[in-house]
Amino acid sequence: MAKFLRGLIAAGFGGQGVLLLGQIVAHAAMKEGRFVTWIPSYGPEMRGGTANCSVAISEEEIGSPVIPHPDCLVIMNQPSLAKFEEDLKTGGVLLYNSDLVTYPKPRKDITVIPVPCNTVALELGNEKVANVITLGALAAASDLVTVEGCKATLAELMGKKKAALVEVNMTAFDKGVEIARKALG
Amino acid sequence: MKETKIFEKPKSMVDVTTHYCPGCTHGVAHRLVAEIIDELGIQEKTVAVAPVGCAVFLYNYINVDAYEAAHGRAPAVASACKRLLPDHIVFSYQGDGDLASIGMAEIVHAANRGEHITVVFLNNAIYGMTGGQMAPTTLVGQKATTCPLGRDPKLAGYPIRMCEMLSTLQAPAYIARVSVAKPKYTLKAKEALRKAFQTQIDGKGFSFVEILSTCPTNWGLRPVDATNWLEEHMMPEFPLGEFKTPA
Amino acid sequence: MGKRFLMKGNEALAEAAIHAGCKYFFGYPITPQNEIPEYMSKKLPEIGGVYLQAESEVAAINMIFGAAGTGKRVMTSSSSPGVSLMSEGISYIAGAELPCVLMNIMRGGPGLGGILPSQSDYFQATRGGGHGDYRLLVLAPSTVQEAVDLTMLAFDLAEKYRSPVMILADGFMGQMMEAVEFNETHMDGLPDPAEWAVGYMKQRGSRALVKSLYLDPEELEAHNWKLQAKYAEMTKNEKRHESYLADDAEILIAAYGTVARIARTAINELRAEGVKVGLFRPISLFPFPYEPLEALPKSVKQILTVEMSCGQMIEDIRLGVGKDMPVSMYGRVGGMTPSVEEIKDQVRKALGR
Repeated sequence: MAKFLRGLIAAGFGGQGVLLLGQIVAHAAMKEGRFVTWIPSYGPEMRGGTANCSVAISEEEIGSPVIPHPDCLVIMNQPSLAKFEEDLKTGGVLLYNSDLVTYPKPRKDITVIPVPCNTVALELGNEKVANVITLGALAAASDLVTVEGCKATLAELMGKKKAALVEVNMTAFDKGVEIARKALG
Repeated sequence: MKETKIFEKPKSMVDVTTHYCPGCTHGVAHRLVAEIIDELGIQEKTVAVAPVGCAVFLYNYINVDAYEAAHGRAPAVASACKRLLPDHIVFSYQGDGDLASIGMAEIVHAANRGEHITVVFLNNAIYGMTGGQMAPTTLVGQKATTCPLGRDPKLAGYPIRMCEMLSTLQAPAYIARVSVAKPKYTLKAKEALRKAFQTQIDGKGFSFVEILSTCPTNWGLRPVDATNWLEEHMMPEFPLGEFKTPA
Repeated sequence: MGKRFLMKGNEALAEAAIHAGCKYFFGYPITPQNEIPEYMSKKLPEIGGVYLQAESEVAAINMIFGAAGTGKRVMTSSSSPGVSLMSEGISYIAGAELPCVLMNIMRGGPGLGGILPSQSDYFQATRGGGHGDYRLLVLAPSTVQEAVDLTMLAFDLAEKYRSPVMILADGFMGQMMEAVEFNETHMDGLPDPAEWAVGYMKQRGSRALVKSLYLDPEELEAHNWKLQAKYAEMTKNEKRHESYLADDAEILIAAYGTVARIARTAINELRAEGVKVGLFRPISLFPFPYEPLEALPKSVKQILTVEMSCGQMIEDIRLGVGKDMPVSMYGRVGGMTPSVEEIKDQVRKALGR
C-alpha cells in the first residue's frame, strides 16, 4: 500500500488568513505523528497582494516541499481559483469562499465544497474567523488531519495569546465542519 | 640631596620609540590617553580600538587589550565590545580620514545610540599614512596630493566639523574639541580626555574628544611652523570648546 | 524523542543558536532572513543577551568582529547582497582568527537581484568573497532539523578552529516550516577564550591583541601558513556528506540544500520506475567532501549536478570526479526552484530515455 502523502495549497488575498490556516493544519498533522512541511509564498506578494502556502503531510520524511498537484485546495479569492484549480489532483477536494468566489463550471472529477465563510463569520459576530470556518470545513472534508486533532491544535494555538477569542473560534470551526458535512451529504 | 621625581613615562605606555614623524602630535595625544588611564587606574580593564591610518599601531604604544579595526569601523567594533564587556572602558582612537570619511556612518550611529564608549578623534586635516591626500577636514584652499591646487569647495565641498555635527544628536553625553599643538592647549586637552573617560566610567553615555593635531610632513611645514599654522588656520575653522557636557 | 516544534527555518536557526549558547546578535534587515533578527530581538534581551540592529551590514560585521574578540558566542545573519557588504569584515575576522557564526539565507543575484531562493553564492561562500587567503567553514543544511543541528555544530567548530563558520541556506529553507527538536550537543576540549580574547587582561597578566595587520612580510607569510595549516586540519576532520541510493546507481544527482531534497523526491519516483539513480549531497561545502567522488561505485557512469545557480558547485564535483567522468548541469536561477518533474526529465535525458 502506498504511503500516506498529501498536499494542500491554501490561497487568497493577504489578510484572509490562508497562511495561518495552513500552519494550523501542519501543526495538527505534526501532532498526529506525521512529517510536515509548510512553505509560504513570500516577497512583494506579502504586501496586500495574493498569498498562498503549501503544506505537505507524509508518513515519511518529505523531500520536495513544493506541491505541483495538491490533494486539497482552499481558495479564498477569485484569482487563486484561476491559478490553482487545474492543478488539483483527480479525486481531490476543493473548498472555496462562496462569498467572494464564483465557480460556475466546477470540475466533475473532484469534490467541490462552497463555504460562505464571510457570511457565517458575520453571523458569528467576528468577520476575522472566516478562515477558521474554512479550516473546520477542510478538516471535515479531507483526510489531511482528524477533525478533533485539528480543533485541539487550534485551541492550543489560540490559547497562547488570544484566550478571549477561543470560544468564537471553536464555534466557527464547528460551523465549518457542519457546512462540509452537509455538503458531502 | 633628596631627589624628587617630577616626570615619568605613564605606566600603561610601552617603553619604545614611536614611528611618528618629528613634530607629529599623535605621540602627545597617546601620552595624554595613557596618563588618564593610569590616573583613573583602569589599565587592566581598558580596551583600545585602533583605526587604519597613522595610529594603526596605537596598540604598540599603549599597553591595554586592543583591537585593530577595519578602516572607519572602530566605533562599531567598540560598540559591540562595550556591550559584551560593560564593566570595561572601551575607547576608539581615529583619524579624520578614518572617522569623518569612510567611517562617517559608524561614528554617527554609535553616537546616536549613545554607546557608552569614548572616541578620541585626531583631526590634522589630511590623510597622513597614505601620504598627504585630501581629507574631509582639509581646509578650503589647503593643498594636498589629491588637491594640488588647494581644496576647491565647488569640487570637494567644505571641511566637516564633527563636533558640531554630532552635537545635533540627543544621545551623546560629552563632546569637546581641543588641541595639543602647544602646551597651553595640551593641558586643557588632558582635562577634556579625563572628562570623556569619566563620562564613560560614570555610565553617562557617549563621549567624544576631537584633538586638532599637526602633520608637519604632509603639510610641508617644519614642526614649529606647523603648530603656528594650526593656530592660525585650523582653529578659526574648528573652534575649541565643549559642545556637550553630561547633565 | 524530545519535544517537537513546528518552526520556520529562520526561527529555528535563531533558536538553535540560542541553544548553542549564543547570546549576542548584530545584524541588519534584509529579506528573506528577517525572522532571524526579529526572533533574536525578542529572545536575547530575555536571557540577558544583546541584540543590536546595526546601521548597515558593514557595521554589523564589524560589531561581530568586536563581539567575537571577547571570546563569547556571537552571530549575524544576512542574505546575499548583505553578505557581499560583510565580506570585507569576514576577511578581517578570518585574519584575526575570531570564532563566530554567519548565516547567509541566499536570494537571487547579481546586484540587487531578487528576494526569492537561490544558491548563487556558492563561490562567494567557498572561494572567499573577501580578500586574502582565507576560508570559511561552510555548512549547508537540507532540512530545518539539519539546519538546527548544523547551527549547534557551527558554534563548536567556530571555537575549535577559531574561525568564522557559515551556515549557507536559501530563502526556501528560511521560510519553510518543519518539525524540529533541539538536542543540545557540546564538543569537549574547546580552547579557553581567556587565552586569547580581550577582557581577560587582569586574569591573564598580559593584554590581548585582536588584529590582522602584519606589515613585516615574513611575519605575514608565517601567519598565512598558520591559517593554511588550520584549513588543512578542517579539511582532514570536518568533511560531511550524504549518499542516498548511490551504491548501484547508473547516474548520480549531485545537489545540496533545498535542491537536494527536491532531488530526493525525484529519485524516489524514478526508482519506482526502475531508473537506477542516486544522490550525492555535500553537507560541508568547505571543506568539500571530494573522496566519495574519487571512489564512486563502479555502476556510476555519469553525474548530473542540479543547483539553483548557473553552475557553481559543479566545479567541485568536477574536481572530485576527475576528467573521465561526464558531468552535466541543470540549473534554475533568479528565484526559480527546479521541480521534481524537471529533475526527472533531466535524468531521463541524460540516460537517453
